[in-house]
Amino acid sequence: MNIIVLVKQVPDTTEMKIDPIHGTLIRAGVPSIINPDDMAGIEAALSLKDRYGGTITAVSMGPLQAERMLREILGRGVDQAVLLSDAKFAGADTWATSTTLAAWLKTQTFDLIIAGRQAIDGDTAQVGPQVAEKLGIPQVSYVESIEACDGTWLRLSKAYEEDSELLEVKLPALITTLSTMNRDRGMNAVDAWAAYDKPLTLVRFSDLDLPESDVGLKGSPTQVRKIFTRSLEAASLKTDLSPEDAARLITDVLIKTMEA
Amino acid sequence: METKDILVFIEQRDNVIQSVSYELLSEARKLVKQIKHVKFEVVGILLGSNLGQLPHDVLNHGADRVYVADHPELAHYSTLRYTHVISELVKQHKPDAFLIGASVIGRDLAPRIAARLDTGLTADATKIEINPNEENTSELWITRPAFGGNLFGTIVCPNHRPQMATIRPQVLDADFFQANRPGIILNLPYKPMEDSVRILKRTKKHNTGPDITHANILVSGGRGMLNCFDLLDEVAVLTGGVVAASRGVVDKGAAPKDIQVGQTGKTVRPRLYLACGISGAVQHTAGMDKSETIIAINSDPQAPIFGVATIGIVGDARAILPLVIENLKAYKQKHS
Ligand SMILES: Cc1cc2nc3c(=O)[nH]c(=O)nc-3n(C[C@H](O)[C@H](O)[C@H](O)COP(=O)(O)OP(=O)(O)OC[C@H]3O[C@@H](n4cnc5c(N)ncnc54)[C@H](O)[C@@H]3O)c2cc1C
Ligand SMILES: Cc1cc2nc3c(=O)[nH]c(=O)nc-3n(C[C@H](O)[C@H](O)[C@H](O)COP(=O)(O)OP(=O)(O)OC[C@H]3O[C@@H](n4cnc5c(N)ncnc54)[C@H](O)[C@@H]3O)c2cc1C
Repeated sequence: MNIIVLVKQVPDTTEMKIDPIHGTLIRAGVPSIINPDDMAGIEAALSLKDRYGGTITAVSMGPLQAERMLREILGRGVDQAVLLSDAKFAGADTWATSTTLAAWLKTQTFDLIIAGRQAIDGDTAQVGPQVAEKLGIPQVSYVESIEACDGTWLRLSKAYEEDSELLEVKLPALITTLSTMNRDRGMNAVDAWAAYDKPLTLVRFSDLDLPESDVGLKGSPTQVRKIFTRSLEAASLKTDLSPEDAARLITDVLIKTMEA
Repeated sequence: METKDILVFIEQRDNVIQSVSYELLSEARKLVKQIKHVKFEVVGILLGSNLGQLPHDVLNHGADRVYVADHPELAHYSTLRYTHVISELVKQHKPDAFLIGASVIGRDLAPRIAARLDTGLTADATKIEINPNEENTSELWITRPAFGGNLFGTIVCPNHRPQMATIRPQVLDADFFQANRPGIILNLPYKPMEDSVRILKRTKKHNTGPDITHANILVSGGRGMLNCFDLLDEVAVLTGGVVAASRGVVDKGAAPKDIQVGQTGKTVRPRLYLACGISGAVQHTAGMDKSETIIAINSDPQAPIFGVATIGIVGDARAILPLVIENLKAYKQKHS
């Protein structure tokens, strides 16, 4: 089985703090990590390979520093990695991101593409389905487990808000994975050593069959008009209430709400 | 006069229209009211099988027109079939904007359609306005949280149509309703098509308690309340409320996942959210900061939960809640 995993390097948003004076994100010192949903995709690919054999390729579009992440992924047992990197790709929205990724994917043969459901920085969950559409292959998003594969159909479970659906999708297909679907196996010494001997290919804009008007900021139909952080207005903070007074205040509001 | 449309995807599951679709119809009505230079209409698109009265419900909730594709193959959501039918409609009728609920289905469908139509899509938005800086415009400014709720971005789609967005459920009000509202129902042809996905089985996730997304009062506990959720239960029972929890508690196995509030849990919007022993991480507040009133009890005066609270009480929730329970019992006795 030939599997391609889409991976994005993201800032660890749980470590992010807001500058209270300027209302901006403080990025300094925030570690870059493999997007959590993509980590699940890597593990899903590794366990499919354990069962059915094949090769796994990790692909990322991003700045050159993403090479470090791809090396780490090679150290986790992925066979080869590709980094799409070019100043022209910068500022892409999800349409331009998926168009660029799809332009490279069209030159490859694969049975399955695994994307994360959502990246924890952009948070759109759009790139997976948009890549599938650009490639004209079926998709299953919100995958919570993979059951089996008979070579033509992949059986998996998809999470809805309140149900789960067991379904089969015909390969080649794209699925998007939830970070909760598995637990990563960590690195083993053999793969970690091999990471630097495995192929990591750099792909530039000129290597792709795409007009410049389709990539990066210029190729993006959406634009970010403004960015702001939530203003943390000081609440009416009661610091010196006795437990009795606090209880009375809370009871009053509860009763008012009940009776309204 | 030229007419333009705001198209709304009407999501049905088992022939029940999802509330987010009604929220979007109400919002679309508010938007078209603000656009003066051209005539704007609100248009629904509804796919399913044996839909019966449902198209009329769509009109009553604010659509001027509704397109209906009714066929057994459309009974359940299918990415490929729904994308096909809706994309063809959009290509033919060229709506100016297209709104879709940011449900699991909406977030599967919308990006697929946007990619097919080569237009821009704003994800999981919480606010829609008409560009406030220009006159005679129907350009939408759509605001959405990103970076795990740490940051908000206002997104525009200046040169492509339709301007598409998925909108988070429970954020906008579904306040438009008019019984027997006149309007046009148009049936779309549907030719059967092969699907590359086949559904084998659907299973309801075990649902332990009442739904936290529909409660008036949520009594919510964080790690500061571990081992004393019985206090929260009691407050909930006495007030007709429902117990909710932070992920800190769910991860400890002390509460079921379906009562988790937040980014990876549920978005809630009760009349009153009582947050006890919850620190207020952005991933938590992203799911509850739209609540009408928020009371937070936390022993740490620096806890970020106070940043979203209407009333913040610095104190020990384990000491305060038993007194609240006493007060409520006394009140009930007096009024029964
Ligand atoms: C504040 C803000 C708001 C934004 N809002 C929007 C918006 O509403 N609409 C819009 O179109 N764009 C938006 N963008 C741009 C968007 O963040 C970028 O296009 C980003 O490159 C991809 O989107 P995402 O991070 O949401 O990825 P998602 O779609 O959430 O990612 C899903 C999966 O796709 C794969 N993937 C995503 N990016 C890459 C990559 N570079 N390389 C390899 N695999 C990848 C990964 O497997 C990932 O898990 C916004 C950007 C900012 C800063
Ligand atoms: C990708 C991602 C997604 C996430 N999604 C969610 C989500 O959907 N929902 C969610 O809730 N979290 C989510 N989290 C986790 C979130 O970041 C926090 O870790 C979590 O919300 C903390 O839970 P808590 O407030 O219960 O615990 P803590 O942060 O440990 O806070 C406990 C609080 O209780 C207070 N306290 C202790 N004792 C008392 C007392 N006796 N009386 C009053 N106060 C007391 C303490 O001062 C403290 O503020 C997510 C994290 C990540 C990385």
